[in-house]
Amino acid sequence: MMRSYCRSHLRTLEDEAVHILRELAAERERPCLLFSGGKDSIVLLRLAEKAFRPARFPFPLLHVDTGHNFPETLEYRDRRVAELGERLVVASVQDSIDKGRVTEETGPRASRNRLQTTTLLDAIEDQQFDAAIGGARRDEERARAKERIFSHRDEFGQWDPKNQRPELWALYNGRVRRGEHMRVFPLSNWTELDVWQYIALEDIPLPALYFAHQREVFERDGMLYASNPHIKLLPGERIRTEVVRFRTIGDMTCTGAVASDARTLEAVIAEVAAARITERGATRADDRFTEAAMEDRKREGYF
Amino acid sequence: MSDASDRPPERPNDRLDERLSERLAASRRPVVGVADDAELLRFSTAGSVDDGKSTLIGRLLYDTKTVFEDQVRHVEDVSRRRGDERVNLALLTDGLRAEREQGITIDVAYRYFATRKRKFVIADTPGHIQYTRNMVTGASTASLAIILVDARHGMVEQSRRHAFIASLLRIPHLVFAVNKMDLVDWSETRFEEIEDEFRNFAARLDVQDIAFIPISALTGANVVEHSRDTPWYHGPTLLYHLETVHIASDRNLIDVRFPVQRVIRPESAEFPDYRGYAGQVAGGVLRPGDEIVALPSGLSTRITRIEQLGQDLDAAFPPMSVTVHLADDLDVSRGDLLCRPNNQPIVGQDLDAMVCWMSERPLAARGRYAIKHTTRWGRAVVTDLLYRLDVNTGHRDEAAPELKLNDLGRIRLRTTTPILYDPYRRNRMTGSFILVDEANNTTVAAGMLLAPE
Ligand SMILES: Nc1nc2c(ncn2[C@@H]2O[C@H](COP(=O)(O)OP(=O)(O)O)[C@@H](O)[C@H]2O)c(=O)[nH]1
Repeated sequence: MMRSYCRSHLRTLEDEAVHILRELAAERERPCLLFSGGKDSIVLLRLAEKAFRPARFPFPLLHVDTGHNFPETLEYRDRRVAELGERLVVASVQDSIDKGRVTEETGPRASRNRLQTTTLLDAIEDQQFDAAIGGARRDEERARAKERIFSHRDEFGQWDPKNQRPELWALYNGRVRRGEHMRVFPLSNWTELDVWQYIALEDIPLPALYFAHQREVFERDGMLYASNPHIKLLPGERIRTEVVRFRTIGDMTCTGAVASDARTLEAVIAEVAAARITERGATRADDRFTEAAMEDRKREGYF
Repeated sequence: MSDASDRPPERPNDRLDERLSERLAASRRPVVGVADDAELLRFSTAGSVDDGKSTLIGRLLYDTKTVFEDQVRHVEDVSRRRGDERVNLALLTDGLRAEREQGITIDVAYRYFATRKRKFVIADTPGHIQYTRNMVTGASTASLAIILVDARHGMVEQSRRHAFIASLLRIPHLVFAVNKMDLVDWSETRFEEIEDEFRNFAARLDVQDIAFIPISALTGANVVEHSRDTPWYHGPTLLYHLETVHIASDRNLIDVRFPVQRVIRPESAEFPDYRGYAGQVAGGVLRPGDEIVALPSGLSTRITRIEQLGQDLDAAFPPMSVTVHLADDLDVSRGDLLCRPNNQPIVGQDLDAMVCWMSERPLAARGRYAIKHTTRWGRAVVTDLLYRLDVNTGHRDEAAPELKLNDLGRIRLRTTTPILYDPYRRNRMTGSFILVDEANNTTVAAGMLLAPE
């Protein structure tokens, strides 16, 4: 009997990501996996299981904790880490502030988003990580569209978009000099919809924040934010209760919610497929300020 | 790399229509969801500056509802701020700031869109000769290449180069999108002229499948919908072609090739004796029970089990990432390769290859580099530069003393350890390699192995 040996797009993306993780594990001695508690890094964990089980992961998880996380994110993180039996390293932005490495922003629009870069780079240096696996996707933002899967960072943790290594076939070059590191993005070729479809296909549990729930929110710059202790309201802003869900999960101070009544994965997928606004455009205040916001942050060493 | 001399000529005045976004919006298809079992097609796009590549990609993204409102708004804002009189859709597909400022796509940028039938990854590559390396990069993972041709100009030097690179990188499917048909009065004769010209040229190339489609990226003719302006054209629209071109047999399903990426040995209380060989299938179909040989040791054994995270599989084929278990405890490690006893790859230390040179520092005979081939690193010395290939004419310059950035050429290498390979034309995964400069760790060459003489 002839078989067609077809492979679906989701499985093809999975094959690629697993291959990337295994290459990284061979190419670098001290990698870590950046775990934010967001859906992309949750998918990374599943892919790491596919790549390395029944052995342990050849890297710890690194969480850059801004101190402004949703409590649901931290609960999820701790539960997942316990289930997997893997090592978690937490790098805290509060520590960086206390040590004087960074200065807390002030004012009602203050965010610790930008400060994370220093905390991350310090952690990479302290722990002597020579690679960090991230969940970034090329479809998220234009500056990412040209970033390599194995993306080189110099000794200052910076990305040089004009001077990237050519990346051919699936032959990744993970070589670095002392003090430099690699960022590795196994989900480069995934879209937001792929991530959701894969979560459904693999039946991966998610933090409840991703599904529609009642929450106290206020509106700012046309976006809904969760009412939270780290943010001061501007004149005219009022707290109200809405049914919302989050499309991305970052800091409480800069991650917007969308009005939605999608309470199941199927409903979320239907919404994502129909969405008319990008994930970051809809919910991330950090990308809205300047035309090249992301590109600037990435050069400095952001995720 | 991108000083003023790289700048393309000024664009002509036929800017995008003012109300393009409105027209595009009106032509937008209803919401689509991608089927779970949709296949993935990777394709590259190449064209000379101003052939309409950005407009075409913009239209594909837009008509498949991949461009979001905030992105369109953003592009409108930027166009206005820059003082462009019209919305410039190219901004949708131009990534980095320096490139945006220069108004030219330099690097390879990846874009994504999907229809119900397929998910697409576009490697959007620049067309200028000084970006040959970017074209080669984009082509390396593509199953199909779209080459844009301006209907008014027909085949120009750049189109020949693009087709040549596609054939060299063995992209199995080529599509000549003859664009700006609106500017030649939708002339069937003109289209046929161009088709003839290309077919004559392409006869010398090694491409399995070539299609010609008359389009207008601007009006959308034959991109997603058939156009009434070309009643004489009965072929598929570009999108339909992308959705249906047969890609399943592009993979090598005959020669079993399994480069071992990692040996999984938990050595835990729960799995004291577990030993699995993890990797991505590079060719053929593996099944439990199959006799195999491990190379380079040459020892043979049997596959007892193929799994993925504890799930047993009855077959593994490209591009699956799996873990294979063997009947005997052979000394197999990363960089080794599993194959069938009666179908083995070439084992050699003297390699013949075509390379694309990607570094500012030229390749010279006697140059020493690190080489990565499948999952194996080694060292190589260039023993001979046979010729430099003129990508525009196909002429072989045997007197060339070196290969410079963006040059293609044929070389001979000697490696420190044997390489287990197939000719690139037989298998793109086991026939390709990269060279890395050990002084600064940059990737300096892409190589395609040839059968030994
Ligand atoms: N008349 C006409 N103009 C087109 C067509 N496609 C693109 N253009 C115009 O050609 C110019 C160059 O297009 P662009 O997409 O920027 O070309 P690129 O340099 O190949 O990316 C722009 O002014 C477009 O509006 C077409 O099908 N018909």
